[in-house]
Amino acid sequence: MDKVNVTIDGIKIEVPAKYTILEAARSAGVKIPTLCYLKGINEIGACRVCLVEVVGGRSLSAACVTPVTEGMVVQTQTPRVRNTRRSTLEMILSDHNRDCLACIRNGNCELQTLSETYGIREISFEGTKSPSQYDDVSASIVRDSSKCIACGRCVAACQKQGISVLSFINRGFETAIGPAYDISMADAPCIYCGQCIIACPVGALHEKEDDERVWNAIMDPKKHVVVQVAPAVRAALGECFGLPIGTRVTGKMFAALRRLGFDKIYDTNFGADLTIMEEGTELLNRIKTGGKLPMITSCSPGWIRFAEFYYPDFLDNLSTCKSPHQMEGAIIKSYYAEKKGIDPKDIFVVSIMPCTSKKTEADRDEMFNPSLGVRDVDAVLTTREISRMIKQAGIDFNHLPDEGPDQDLIGEYTGAAVIFGATGGVMEAALRTVADILGEQDLPAIEYQAVRGVESLIKEAEIEIGEHKIRVAVAHSTAAARKLLDDIRDGSAPEYHFIEIMGCSGGCVCGGGQPQIDAQTLMDIDLRTARAQALYEEDVIMPERKSHKNADVEKLYQEFLEQPNSHKAHALLHTHYQRREIYPDSVLQSNDTE
Amino acid sequence: MATTTRLTHDEKINKLNKVIDKYRGQGRKVLMQLLQEAQAVYGYLPLEVQRMVADALDLSVAEVYGVITFYSFFSLNPKGDNQISVCMGTACYVKGAQAVLDKVISELGIQVGECTQDGRFSIHACRCVGACGLAPVMMINENVYGRLTPDQIPEILAKYKEA
Repeated sequence: MDKVNVTIDGIKIEVPAKYTILEAARSAGVKIPTLCYLKGINEIGACRVCLVEVVGGRSLSAACVTPVTEGMVVQTQTPRVRNTRRSTLEMILSDHNRDCLACIRNGNCELQTLSETYGIREISFEGTKSPSQYDDVSASIVRDSSKCIACGRCVAACQKQGISVLSFINRGFETAIGPAYDISMADAPCIYCGQCIIACPVGALHEKEDDERVWNAIMDPKKHVVVQVAPAVRAALGECFGLPIGTRVTGKMFAALRRLGFDKIYDTNFGADLTIMEEGTELLNRIKTGGKLPMITSCSPGWIRFAEFYYPDFLDNLSTCKSPHQMEGAIIKSYYAEKKGIDPKDIFVVSIMPCTSKKTEADRDEMFNPSLGVRDVDAVLTTREISRMIKQAGIDFNHLPDEGPDQDLIGEYTGAAVIFGATGGVMEAALRTVADILGEQDLPAIEYQAVRGVESLIKEAEIEIGEHKIRVAVAHSTAAARKLLDDIRDGSAPEYHFIEIMGCSGGCVCGGGQPQIDAQTLMDIDLRTARAQALYEEDVIMPERKSHKNADVEKLYQEFLEQPNSHKAHALLHTHYQRREIYPDSVLQSNDTE
Repeated sequence: MATTTRLTHDEKINKLNKVIDKYRGQGRKVLMQLLQEAQAVYGYLPLEVQRMVADALDLSVAEVYGVITFYSFFSLNPKGDNQISVCMGTACYVKGAQAVLDKVISELGIQVGECTQDGRFSIHACRCVGACGLAPVMMINENVYGRLTPDQIPEILAKYKEA
């Protein structure tokens, strides 16, 4: 690799020639502030917070986009740099809703951190505020453009997802970020993946909060509140309490949920094992009976909405399985309620998810059980929301003992379920079970390395089981899904049997409901790998690592569902999908009447 | 004085489809050209046209809308048979262009960028038409009106209303 010598604040250092000044400075241990910069996503030099002085240069340079050159001398702390940065910050703040105490990002805001670092005590440019709107119509995402600093990180993140539902609109002081016509996210073809929320450095985009509803349910003596928690949450919740990225906090997480006062605590991993039984059976049936192939997984509600909006011709390829937490909710309201003798109407199911799209999923008409008159799931909280509840309850998270989920009825889970939270995990879990069924034996080889990892956004493998060959593909991020589905449409892809698609890159561990990590930290770490590691760690230590070995799942079939894909299983655990229109003319009419 | 013959919606869509087919599949780099030609054919760029353009170039509607709203040349609303451009350039502005514009707005009952119900007039605010010596200046179609005062506006508009 070509190297060049540069001097940064008097420190001489040799760095790769492709580095920017920002990256070179980081290698030299010099921290240059950033705001619009987001590694690999938004590198546009727009906000001017990272300005530095290059000796011999006429004007200041944006460190995040200026490449290093041989012999370059950079000064990051001259009076000129410092004054310019301060003025830039003050100007950004002059058009920012500085309601920091009541902001969801209070204490976790990159703009707030910069203001604090630079000792901003007054804003000398008090002027007009650009027009703003507050949009909390969707069940997943709230957009408060009075907080928006037009850095473009969300626009870039949405584009990276291959969706671009957010764009810069208008010009100059009128510039805003939003969908076309600045309509509500609820009317736009948004999949609610929440990657815009993860990218936002301030409080302009955040989840629709449901914690008050959950508090009320917990405090209501008539409600039997059952909580379930997705695998990916344990891989990131610790970050909200200052623990290093990648720390697995399964035990403390269950202990915290118990102390919050939930009546019953379960792991969505049970639902994941159940999903494998249903989805694996569906796959084998489709292969045997010449059903629609490739079959595509349906665990990721962001991906489901993506298919409904953008690839409706693939809706018959989707597995009809509900996602694991919806399955588990349906089982809690039926099997669990029956066994415990509780009226399903008195049960309130809370799902703790790494995902913002799950909030809208739980609200879908299809997720309402008409015979019982209840929803499968009553509230979905993100990892961030549950961390705030834990803090509010005064729980000293880091000193909690390790506990587990409640063990009766649906408490057990296997290693196969835990890895659902990482890209390739659902595929690997399915293969572990499908291979045993097709091979008619308990196969010892259970780790399918080919479908793991984030090096490639599309992974493929051919698995030989006896005389059967199963060709599979795994795509993470909707942009990757787009590529894969386009290749299938035009016939350039091989004939797959089974495809796993997760809406977010890296899978659920990097879902839109996970903790936001600041852009500077993200320069040094790949969150997708670090968080996934925590899940693979848990898989290895589980006594059972194949979904069909889950004793509680077996019992559920014996005592209630009869067998996978039975009539009863279909009624409770399967669903259907609908084509959704992109920007129908009606979105403008609904906008006019508001 | 209306110069264009009115095409039916279907005729316009047919012409638009021919323009769009020329650029289909070529992506972001031809967006500006396509929008320019689409506006020439269709008159303006409503949501229906944006959807067609986005679809042809594999872009999102929001991206197309973003470009349209960035450039003042592009219009989301229909333009009138008579297009009124009030110059808001520096010279005209200091000579009272705002009062002229306000009078046009109140006379026609529409805002800048909008078109009257009957399709006869639309108002645009433009930057310098190069006739600063005549400031403040307003153009209606190709005709220039200079050294304007607000009280002249009704009389000027009346000529176009009658035509």
